Amino acid sequence: MTAAVLFSKVSRHYGLVKALDEVDLEVLEGEFFAMLGPSGSGKTTCLRQIAGFDQPTAGHIEIFGETAEGVPPFRRNVNTVFQDYALFPHLNVLDNVAYGLMIRGIAKTERYRSAEEALDLVALPGLGKRRAGELSGGQRQRVALARALVNKPRVLLLDEPLGALDLKLREQMQEELKTLHRQLGITFIFVTHDQNEALSMADRVALFNEGRVVQVGTPQEIYRQPNSRFVADFVGSSNVLPPDFVASLVGSSRWASLRPESIRLTESGGHEASVVTSNFLGGSTRLALDLGSLRLHAMVPSISVVPVVGDKVHIDWNQGDMHLMEEGV
Amino acid sequence: MRRLADTLWRHPRLLLLLMLAPPVLWLGVIYLGSLAALLVQSFFSIDEFSGLINYEFTLKTYRELLIPANLDILVRTVSMATAVTLAAIAVAFPIAFYAARYARGRWKAAFYIGVMLPLWSSYLVKIYAWKLVLAKEGILNWLFAKLHLTWLLEAYLSLPLIGGNSLSVSYTGTFLVFLYVWLPFMILPLQAALERVPVNLLEASADLGGSSRQTFRHVVLPLALPGVIAGSIFTFSLTLGDYIIPQIIGSSRLFIGQAVYSHQGTAGNIPLAAAFAVVPIVIMGFYLWMAKRAGAFDAL
Repeated sequence: MTAAVLFSKVSRHYGLVKALDEVDLEVLEGEFFAMLGPSGSGKTTCLRQIAGFDQPTAGHIEIFGETAEGVPPFRRNVNTVFQDYALFPHLNVLDNVAYGLMIRGIAKTERYRSAEEALDLVALPGLGKRRAGELSGGQRQRVALARALVNKPRVLLLDEPLGALDLKLREQMQEELKTLHRQLGITFIFVTHDQNEALSMADRVALFNEGRVVQVGTPQEIYRQPNSRFVADFVGSSNVLPPDFVASLVGSSRWASLRPESIRLTESGGHEASVVTSNFLGGSTRLALDLGSLRLHAMVPSISVVPVVGDKVHIDWNQGDMHLMEEGV
Repeated sequence: MRRLADTLWRHPRLLLLLMLAPPVLWLGVIYLGSLAALLVQSFFSIDEFSGLINYEFTLKTYRELLIPANLDILVRTVSMATAVTLAAIAVAFPIAFYAARYARGRWKAAFYIGVMLPLWSSYLVKIYAWKLVLAKEGILNWLFAKLHLTWLLEAYLSLPLIGGNSLSVSYTGTFLVFLYVWLPFMILPLQAALERVPVNLLEASADLGGSSRQTFRHVVLPLALPGVIAGSIFTFSLTLGDYIIPQIIGSSRLFIGQAVYSHQGTAGNIPLAAAFAVVPIVIMGFYLWMAKRAGAFDAL
């Protein structure tokens, strides 16, 4: 299988700032790939290298086996859905969508037909005559999507496309993007700082921190087997257990992560803890527990009696749920 | 004092009215009023024998505007204004584009000073300075001589219409000085318009396959068009109305501004002067209407 996008030791430095630092990355053809990380972690810079808006200061990029250095964005078979949509304010919706076809010199009737089809694809038919400014955020999002897809790109880049939408709309768009991806079979590369979005949508996730890729894997791997404290913390706010505590349990002096939902309340045995905070969330309750030497967060189902602040409880977990990490950083 | 503040807060329209009254009085009554009074004059006529104004509604003065000698003045002025405006757009665009897209910090300050500095000195001083530059004994001639290009200048000056005895008495000279004097009025609105074009629209265009030229043609230009129109209103109407530059630099043939000046002054033909003054207003109105129809303001 060819790699849709291949990064080898790609760096992008702005003076002393290392926006990207020796990034190696392989995005496979047809996969839904998420780039996840806090703001300023380099994920958007990475996307801009693929789109061609920016050139790396060092390293090598290939797109479908062809070198991308020095290739301007308008010669790449890659299209982008911009964070704030970047719709052309002087054109109506149909002309916005047909823009790429117009540039390629495709006749008016044909490009409008293709644009209508693209608008159908994103469930936005019949709005062609409106101006971009008259649409709601969700509609603009769809227009931006149609405008990129109408060019039949081999890679679709999405830069935090759902960031500006409210929760309900975002969840709906997540579903629709997944459906579109299955339907079109092209490569999607999706930048987000929202770990839930990355985990729920992507086939694979690359986690960025300070210009580096810290872990690449399926959402389950990233969640269950974080390789560092950063990953454990950033994805699903895990409990990070210090080496001396881990040593007392499994004899190995390593950092370990323990997911809050792996902790269960028991009648007796296990570890004794006192409840510091207790937040009832409906189906589950989030507890902060004091074990004397360390503090743990637990997510317990709210089926039995919910512990309140000050309660002494017994907690336990399966040794297997405790994941030993490669590094403590 | 407090009661006044409370009352104004409760009646925002009153506050607005108080704030607007002085400028509206100034602009509406004194400025526009006197302009209207002038325009009314254009529908009167002058009695050729007594030289007195005949206060009866007539289109006679406008007919007079269309006699060949006067029509010449109109065509000459409008052609000059068009040429100056087109040249100003061509010269201003790269400068404004640089200032809006690339200049930062110190360079941006240098840009503003560079563009505004000529506006700080007297208009007459600048024109006389140009007269020295363009004169037969001036710097430009000297420069051409030093470069052994005098033949080129002479060949240019021997051209009909745009040539002349020297640059300072040719239409080219008038054109150059107009261009220089009005250029800031094109650069500044253009720069403001270009600055409002978000960078990501240019990226989006490139992303969708647009080369730099296509992006310029389909995104930058349409979005900068309101700025171009604003700038061209300045350069066009200022050229249409000016009566000093063509008097000092150029052939002695009249422009609209000079015609208005002489008719309302020495000739005492206020109706004809008024009719001349109406022409630029009509042209600008028509120009704006065309621009609006062409969709120049759709992006606003």
